[in-house]
Amino acid sequence: MALVTPDNSGLRLFTRYAVLVLVAVIFIFPLLFMAMSSLKPDQQLLADTNSLRAFLPVGDLSFNNYTDAFARAPIGVFVFNSVVITGVTVVLTLFVCSLAAFSFVFLDWKGRDVVFSILLATLIVPYETIFIPLLLMASQLPWIGAEGLEIGWLNTYRVQIIPFIADGLSIFLFVQYFKDLPRELIEASRVEGASWWTIYRKVVMPLSGPVIATAAILKFLFMYNQYLWPLMVVQAEEIRPVMIGLGYFTDQLNVPWGEVMAYLTIITVPVLAFYLSLQRVFIASVASTGVKG
Amino acid sequence: MASKLTRSNRAGWLMAFPGIGLIAAFIILPFFLAFAFSLTNQRLASPNPTEYVGFKNYRDLLGLAVFTLEPERDDAGNAVVEDGEIQYPRLRTFTRRNPDYPHLEGKREWFSWQSGENRTVVLASDVVFMKALVNTFTFVLVVAPVQAGIALGLALLINQKLRGISFFRAVYFMPVVVSIVIVSLLWKFIYSPGDGLLNNVLSGLTFGAFEPRDWLGDTSTALGSIIAMSIWQGVGFHMVIWLAGLQTISPTLYEAAEIEGSSKLQTFRYVTWPGLRNTAILILIVITMQAFALFAQIDIMTQGGPLDSTQVLVFQAVERGYGKQDISGGSTISVILFVIVLCISLIQRWLTRERN
Repeated sequence: MALVTPDNSGLRLFTRYAVLVLVAVIFIFPLLFMAMSSLKPDQQLLADTNSLRAFLPVGDLSFNNYTDAFARAPIGVFVFNSVVITGVTVVLTLFVCSLAAFSFVFLDWKGRDVVFSILLATLIVPYETIFIPLLLMASQLPWIGAEGLEIGWLNTYRVQIIPFIADGLSIFLFVQYFKDLPRELIEASRVEGASWWTIYRKVVMPLSGPVIATAAILKFLFMYNQYLWPLMVVQAEEIRPVMIGLGYFTDQLNVPWGEVMAYLTIITVPVLAFYLSLQRVFIASVASTGVKG
Repeated sequence: MASKLTRSNRAGWLMAFPGIGLIAAFIILPFFLAFAFSLTNQRLASPNPTEYVGFKNYRDLLGLAVFTLEPERDDAGNAVVEDGEIQYPRLRTFTRRNPDYPHLEGKREWFSWQSGENRTVVLASDVVFMKALVNTFTFVLVVAPVQAGIALGLALLINQKLRGISFFRAVYFMPVVVSIVIVSLLWKFIYSPGDGLLNNVLSGLTFGAFEPRDWLGDTSTALGSIIAMSIWQGVGFHMVIWLAGLQTISPTLYEAAEIEGSSKLQTFRYVTWPGLRNTAILILIVITMQAFALFAQIDIMTQGGPLDSTQVLVFQAVERGYGKQDISGGSTISVILFVIVLCISLIQRWLTRERN
């Protein structure tokens, strides 16, 4: 490994850890401050900022900010919406994108290579550059729902889900992974008369655990943290995701900082817990987006 | 590849179609619509029919002119000076319905400088957009090298064989999984003026010598504060990519360097750095692309202010396309942004081709 010398002893070791800890403090202090402040009344929260008390669970601690936050905004609804939107999109992405990648890698069809290079070209289109025309599209798209034909996708779950199901990067990740699977396995199943659909379901997908995890984590982070798109297409309270729900706290004349910190803690801690329990997989997933160069 | 076994047009299209169809409808189509709308006066909802306007939207955004103002002269031909300042005719006499200066029509002063008795003025059709363009480039040009550099430092730090190192790696990466929206709001509080957390920390560290600042309310520090926070949030992401690059370098090279008695600095210069070349290009590109898309920080922390000192392209695109329902104006900014991003990724292609 890099830059490792054998003498890990004494002062050297101490300075190494000192540097590591110092850097860790820089990355952790805002989050620590958030969690601790969520337990303090506003007055104390503000007063504590002039000492280390800001990062310690001291003083008048209570869950009042949490109960007040729940009273101010329908937090349960926002969390439910985010879970539905993120969950449905992740599941559909995994299915649609792995299926497309399967077709690109294992099947040979007319136009495949052209379509694949167009797909690669979409990788350099940032979502931010298509949101404005997409907004106009979304306002005029038809939909056949329970009440028959309707026009317009604004203020719905579908406008927050459907545009994000398929993306070039997810397909690309699956393609890279499938390429390394042994082809003989697929050809053998084919000789035995298995349909493509069966091969996809019974042979390829059961071998694809790591890439499924990678694609799922990346999509999860992207969807849960979406801000600009729901800001434009969602006004109705009952379908707002958590990031847009923040407006209930920050649009006040006097921002109730204790409640803000409580809300931030509520929507951050589950993600952080998820991340910390699977941190190796998370980090490997992000690293794999870098391999595409 | 093209064996009889795998040849299957129908199954192939059928399986690829859901993914391809969705990408065509929700990425490729809006992408082309952005170009189309940028040539019209399309609005989100309007009673009037949409009209083709050619490149008017681009002219309205990118129009620039340089104009030299000559001082007012008295009858003797000397420049009129009042209170020690040379007097100039009002700029608006040239930019408002002046038939002698059609190219200045509707433009406003962006900045100016003095040259002798004359004052040279740079006028822009859309001063706010120009500021957004400059701020976005400033952001990218600072963030890309600084963030890449810090990320490399962290990767080297975390690539040591020490007990508990994976704990530190997990901590450094933590801000990446936290939404930029949450991070922005937290830092908005940290940057509070007067008795804010950062002011208090800095004054504590300097034993009171530090003068409290209004970090986000001051034109000289607002963009810098947002840059610092963005680096804090994103650096763990690129640390991980560097780390992946570091681990592809063969350990035998390090052993060889050690046997040769190379110093740490020499080892980095001659072993580590050459092995990281492609990673370096990739990281710069990834950071650059992400940096150009900057929006949430601005929306939450400053709304482009103070005095447009933190206006950026995506914020402007959204303010027009969504805020003012001016789809064509927003689309035009999107197209300009895309062209910039495209140029940068072409440069990347070219750079990586040189190496191979």
